[in-house]
Amino acid sequence: MTTTIIKTTTKILTPLILVFGSYIILHGHLTPGGGFQGGAVFASGLALLIVANKYETIKTLFEKVPLSVFESIGALGFLGMACLGFAGYTFFKNVIANSGFPIFGGKTPVGINPGYLNTGGTLSYMNIFVGIKVLAGLTSIVLIFFLIMRRERDEW
Amino acid sequence: MNFMEFFWILQVLIGIGLLISAIVAIRFKNLIMAVIAMAVFSLILSLEFYVLQAPDVAIAEAGVGACLTTAMYLLAIKNTTDEEVIE
Repeated sequence: MTTTIIKTTTKILTPLILVFGSYIILHGHLTPGGGFQGGAVFASGLALLIVANKYETIKTLFEKVPLSVFESIGALGFLGMACLGFAGYTFFKNVIANSGFPIFGGKTPVGINPGYLNTGGTLSYMNIFVGIKVLAGLTSIVLIFFLIMRRERDEW
Repeated sequence: MNFMEFFWILQVLIGIGLLISAIVAIRFKNLIMAVIAMAVFSLILSLEFYVLQAPDVAIAEAGVGACLTTAMYLLAIKNTTDEEVIE
């Protein structure tokens, strides 16, 4: 499983996949895709990293990453952003859009436009939180498969 | 070649590819090759979703179907034996 070809391919491909997943999450309100799709792409990059490396490397690498904390942050952050709507009228009310908030709160232009990143309000934050939750969950599934069901020898 | 001819030719090719990869995934005795055939099935299916103008579903299918389930199947096959172990 850890031949030189697989290791080299993974070294080149994993940063590209992670950047593409982050792009899909951050542009969720403009282009196709969103929190779930970007999180799945991000987790597939991390799964590539997990499958192509040795047991000890992965164990020391992922001991410092708090995946369960990320998942809780995703769920609680989604609910918190939804509860911000009570500052307006209702639950899930988009209070940040067009409000002049510096991050994702810009004024949405009227008419045909190429799509500006600094718009969207609550929607963009929800995409980010859903993406964090999905990537933590799917990565932890693959990681548990890898760490618990381990065979003693490392080759196929 | 106008657009509709190209569309229908692509539909037929995608259908044939789906059928071939599904049959390969069922008939192969080597489990790793069968899993790779399933990944190819998922990839062609995501192309079909994209052609039918659902890029959202196509991204989800390509990410989950072609990569994550393949990794899970590979890890499960790696940690089991394909023959019956007599104790």
